[in-house]
Order: sequence, then C-alpha cells, then structure tokens
Amino acid sequence: MIHVPILRWGKPYQSLETTVVEHFATGEPVAEVSAATAGMVKRDLRKAARARAALREFSPAELAECARKAADLYMNGDLPIGDDVQTPNDFVRQQSATSGLPEAMCRANMDKLKFVLENLEEVLAALTRGLDLDTFARGWGDENGLLRSYQVQSPVVGMVLPSNSPGVHTLWMPILPLQVGLVMKPGSQEPWTPWRMSQALIAAGIPAEGIALYPGGHDVGGAILETCDRSLIFGGPQTIEQYAGDPRVQVHGPGFSKILIGDDVVDDWEQHLDLMVESVLLNGGRSCINCSSIWASRNTREIAAALAERLGPVNALPHDHPDAAIAAFTVPGQAKAISEQIDSMLASPAVEEATAATRDGERLVDEDRYGFVRPTVVRCDSPEAPLANSEYMFPFVSVVECEQDAMLRHIGPTLVGTAITGDEGFRGQLLESPEIDRLNFGPIPTTRLNWLQPHEGNIVDFLYRARAFQQA
Amino acid sequence: MTNNDPDLQANVEAAREALDAHVREIVAWHFDPATGCPYWLDWAEQAGWNPRDEIGGFADLGKFGLFEDEALRGGPVRRWVPKAYADSPIYTFETGGTTGTPKSRININDFRTDYELFADNLPEEYFPKGANWLMLGPSGPRRLRLAVEHLAQYRGGISFCVDLDPRWVIKLIKKGWNDHLVAYQEHVIDQAVSILKAGHDVQCMFTTPKLLEALALRLDDMGTTMHEMGITGIFSGGTEFTPQWNRFAHEELLDGAYMTPTYGNTLMGLAASSPSGPDNGYKITYYAPQPRAVLQVVEPDDPMTVVEYGGTGRVKLTTLTKEFFVPGFLERDEGERELPYAAYPWDGVSGVRPFAKLASSTTVGVY
Repeated sequence: MIHVPILRWGKPYQSLETTVVEHFATGEPVAEVSAATAGMVKRDLRKAARARAALREFSPAELAECARKAADLYMNGDLPIGDDVQTPNDFVRQQSATSGLPEAMCRANMDKLKFVLENLEEVLAALTRGLDLDTFARGWGDENGLLRSYQVQSPVVGMVLPSNSPGVHTLWMPILPLQVGLVMKPGSQEPWTPWRMSQALIAAGIPAEGIALYPGGHDVGGAILETCDRSLIFGGPQTIEQYAGDPRVQVHGPGFSKILIGDDVVDDWEQHLDLMVESVLLNGGRSCINCSSIWASRNTREIAAALAERLGPVNALPHDHPDAAIAAFTVPGQAKAISEQIDSMLASPAVEEATAATRDGERLVDEDRYGFVRPTVVRCDSPEAPLANSEYMFPFVSVVECEQDAMLRHIGPTLVGTAITGDEGFRGQLLESPEIDRLNFGPIPTTRLNWLQPHEGNIVDFLYRARAFQQA
Repeated sequence: MTNNDPDLQANVEAAREALDAHVREIVAWHFDPATGCPYWLDWAEQAGWNPRDEIGGFADLGKFGLFEDEALRGGPVRRWVPKAYADSPIYTFETGGTTGTPKSRININDFRTDYELFADNLPEEYFPKGANWLMLGPSGPRRLRLAVEHLAQYRGGISFCVDLDPRWVIKLIKKGWNDHLVAYQEHVIDQAVSILKAGHDVQCMFTTPKLLEALALRLDDMGTTMHEMGITGIFSGGTEFTPQWNRFAHEELLDGAYMTPTYGNTLMGLAASSPSGPDNGYKITYYAPQPRAVLQVVEPDDPMTVVEYGGTGRVKLTTLTKEFFVPGFLERDEGERELPYAAYPWDGVSGVRPFAKLASSTTVGVY
C-alpha cells in the first residue's frame, strides 16, 4: 500500500501510527498516512527560523521560477510518494477515490493550481500594487524616492487544510516567493495535493527545509495554530467563531457566495441563466465560491423554475465518468442527513423546492458507504424563510425574494457577491457594504476568480506589516 | 499464538493457582459480616447467594456480573469501608468529577502497597535509592500525588510536588479557552522548572506524556535537556502513551533519560510494562499487579468472554484487595490481549487506547 509520510522540514518521517484512507465507494484501502503528533509539531516549530533562512538563500524571483517549474512537475511529473512513484493519473485516481470528487473535477483543479503556480509573480505584483519583491527580501526598499519597509510577521505560515476541494490550495501559493516557510496539516481525506505539491516544489529547487507536512488529528491542527504566528485555517462556522478576532489566524469558512440581481435588470434574468447555473454547479458545488443564494425583488418563482429545469435532471454518475457533475459524500449517512435536513426545512410554507418537479427520482442517492445529494433549487418568499441563507457541499441554491433596498441588510457575510445591476446608487451601496468580500459588478459567475485579486484579505498584508523606516 | 516455554508454563500455572487462592481469601473477607463492608454485605443479602460458598476461584467471579462504577458515585462513603478497618484512618480518592458527583474509592494502605510493589521493580540504575523525586501530575483529590510521594519515601527520597487540577483543564478544553489552557500548562511547567533548578538533586520523576513533552520543550528553549538537568528515570502513564509517542519521547525528548510507561487508575494498582524499545517497535504491554488486580481483554459485546491472544477487546478490571473489591469493571479503554511474560506470568494488554465506542465522548490526555 502507498504510504504518505510526514515531512519534517523536508525530511520524510514514517510514524508508528498511521491512518488508512479508503476508497469512498469500495472501502478498499488506498493509502496509509503517517500520523504526526502535537509534540512533534511543537518541537519542529522551534526550528521555524531555519525554514525561513533556507528560503532566504533564494530571491523571490528565483522562488517564483522554481514554482513555475513545479507547476509542470505537478501536472506532468512522476513524483515520489513514500517508497512509491505517483504519476499524474495516479494522483487523480487517488484523490478522487478518497475525497469523492469526480476525476474530471480533480483534473480541472489541477489546471487551476498549475495556472496560479505559473503566475505567482503576476499575482504578487497585483497584491503588492507592483512593489519590487526584493523589498520584502531585503526588509526595505526605495520606491520613487520613498523608503518602504515591511517586517515579516512569522518565519512560517501554518495551515489547517480542508478536504472539500483541492482548489483552495491556490490561496497559499503566493506565500512561496515571499520567503516564508510552509507548515501544512492536510485534510484527512485529501492528503494528496499538499504531498504532491510539496514534492513538485522540492524537485523544482525550493529548499526542502522550508516545507513541513503534518497529517494527523485535531491536536496537530491545534499545535500548528498555537505555535505559528501566522496561520490559515479552513473550517465550519464553529472554527470561524473560535478564531474570529485572532490576528494570528486567517479563517476561511463557508462562503455563502451570492448573486444579487438589481431591479434594473431583474426582468431580463433569463439572459443570465447560464451564469447562475455555472455559479451553482461548477466543481460539484463543493467550493466556498459556489453560489448558494440568488437574490431578486421579483420573478423569483420563474428564476427558480428555470434553474430547476437545468439542474434538476443532473444525476450522480460514477466518479470516473467524464461527465460526472456532482461529488459523493464520503462519510456514511452524511448525504442522508443533509437531504433530511432540507426536507424538514421545506415543511415551512415560506419555502418551496423547485427541483422537485424537474428531478427524475429522489434528491438522495444513498449507498452503503456513501451518498449523493442531487442538485436542489428552492425558492424562498423572504430573507427570513428557512434555507434562505444556507450553504451545503453540493449544488444547492435558494432563490430569495427580497426588495433591492433590503438586500444588503439581510445577505450576511458573503465571500463572492456578483451584483448584476447598472444602478449606480445600488452599486455605491454594494461598494460600501462590509458584508461582501469579493465583489463582482456585472454578469460574472461567482466561481470565476481573478487570481490577481485578494481573497478574504490580502495574504501579503497578513504576512508582512508595513512599518516606518528611516535611514541616515 | 502460544508460548511453549515449559518454565513459563509452570509459572503461569502457579500464578493461576495463587490467584484462585487469593480470590477465595478476598471473597471470604469481604463477605464475612465481621470484616466486610456494608455495600457488599447488603449486595449479597439481596443477591440471595453466598459468595463465600460459591466462589472457588477467579473464573467464578463472573457470577457477580459486571460492576457498575456508578455505585461509587455519592455517599455515604463509609459503606465501602470494611468493618475490619472501621477504626483505621481512611482516605478517599476521587476520579472524574469534571461535572457532577465524582466517583470515590476508599483507601487505607492500598496506595502504599501498590506503589511499593511497583517501586521494587524500578531499575536502580535509573531510579537510584535515596534520589529525590518530582511529582508533575494531577494532584488534589486524586491518589497519584500521595502515592508517588510514598514511592519516593519508600525508596529513601523526598518528593517535590506541583498543583495540577485536571478538572479545570477539561473545562478549559470544553470551553475552547485555548489561551487559558496554554497559560495554565506554562504555569505548571514554570513550577517544575523552578524545582529542577533549585539544587534539590531531583533525579526521578512521575509525569504525564503531555507534561513531559511540555517540560522537555521548555528545557530545550532554555538550551538544556531533562538529562542535563539531572533526571535519570521517569515513570509516566496515560492512554496517549502510544508506541509512536514512546518512540518520539525516546528519540527526541529524553536525551538518554530512562522512561517506563505504566497503566493505572484509582480503582486498580499500577500495571507495569514489559521492556519496550526500537526492537519491538516501541510496543507497550502492561501487566496488572496480580493477584491484587487482574486485567482481562474481553469481547465488547460479550464481556464475560476473553478474546483470543492478539485479539482486540475492551479492558476489564478486577480489583482484589482487603480494602476494596471490584469484580469485573469495564474500563473506558480497549487493547490487545498479550501472552504471559517471564516477569509477569499472566495475560497482558497492549495498544491501550480509549474504547472506540466511547472515544468521542471522552476527553483524554488533557494534562
């Protein structure tokens, strides 16, 4: 069986304790993953300064060049995994087998990661507004006669990573050229991307001492957050609540991404149906950037019905089928619980399911070891209706009837907000709203990210603090 | 899975006979109105059979069924005191108690006897007689603090102690007050470091895996190690004492200090372990201090049936002392049944970990 080791500053370490990750459908063991312990993390993190020192041997431009090479190795290379070798096809099969994400989506996420890895300098130029990256490397720089200095906030960034979609790994990639080390705890069902990415980076010349990988239990995540002065954590609402307000931690939770349709275009909603479908369905609805609600002041029944016509017939296909559009829930009973929860909410007269009329068969496709929840469109008669602001890890969308004036009072935290409106007054309010993180004006699917833009805060600001600097 | 060594077989047989004789003696004591405790005398009256007539050996203890430890919650605590000891000074030690009423176990001398038995087997090379001790573990109403202090005194040393309230630690975890948790741990480690730096010639230590880790890392930050601070021998225990943790400690924390794992709790004595190291994958196998306590590995769904050697099951404890009688108590742990061993010619248990069916509701390894 494949063994995924721990990486202790680049050195593989095989633990006496392992967990077996299984094929979601057959239960066959796919890999044995070494489990780290909190003590190991805490001990290793005492050497965090060495990770940064090793990375500082290379300039940001050199590190970005390594990342470009790594992009090719990640996409096309045969890379070590324990004592075995992993081809790109192995990677896709393994990732799909343990996470339930269809193979086609695993491949699509590879493309996404490759693109970002290849373009880190452009991404950083955008995030720093064109600052010479050597300013970070040297600690200060002269920009048009003005001295600028940035102090690094931590020699390494800790990361408690999720299993839902490999696309999230794009978020930490810009860290690499900034000479800050990586300390990762992979998601329990998705050890694959952090491992393969680390191997690609090391093979491409990034110093191995700069990368640590600690698969393991909750205590390992806790130890990372405790010992790293800067960390990213991905989790549910509870995690967000626990770390909200902690300046050392950047929290990534459910997105509650939305499409808001202005009164000026709401009667032309049909023009935007493709955009809505893509926003809900792409990547099996597993991402925080998938649209979970669509808001309009009228035509909501019609919008819901049209979406249901398109999404209702989407059915579960085998995970290696090229057209598979939805992912499996790999925790036994989870799909059933989610579907039942939705049913219980539908008891309210304020909410009705549009897909009930367009789906051939049940919403729930339940197997012994796994299950699917088929795309679901509901229409809510007000923002107060049950399911009006809900997010699930499958293509789920609520079409919420709400006056334009009231939308911003009700939408709540919104990772991606696509506002389809030409109303300058409404646009002004949207720009002012603190609820929306990534704001799109015009018909842009919520899932279509521009990597040159910050995501839930600028990662550069999180790692480097601007400070006063004078020199005589 | 068998062991055909004829000497070991003979010792196993002798130990079994000694256990049966001990069971008869203990049952006779606890169910004699002149010596037994009110709890068991009342129990026998209601049960309608006389254990003194019907228990001929260990195998017969199954007639008692399983012991419900809820009986230990709440008073009056005197119902557990054998009449023969009514005028002795009585201790009560508690377990659990983060929420609700803790479970209590009375004690007269058992904690001393249990720890003396354990102390007699500590290697002199690492636990020199006369050496001073640091007790870095849970204090308060638990048995451990007094027991370790007695162990130190028994070996001619003096024990230094710190306060540690595990119930507060569990509350901090449940509340998600991580900063407080870290601060409390640092407060405890500060005190340990003060003692180690104070010139008291502390060479031996009891601690928990979490605190050992925290102390070693603190000493590392100070540019020193456990061994350089003079510690030569450590005994430690807890379900987080896994083979991997054992290896990690030996390879990266101890700097050559000797450490032996133990398994125990307020209801039983102290189970020692057979040697463990790189040769056996740091596997830890515990052996109960028979005949005073017996550990069995039983089928979770049929706890009267012991699993095959090498099989996995729930840990079942029987305590057999004149102070305290507990037949067939199911621990909150599981593990694998192990063959008898030369020094302990009776069954052992390895791979001890929280019982999977209960694990989600149990907070372990908190201090």
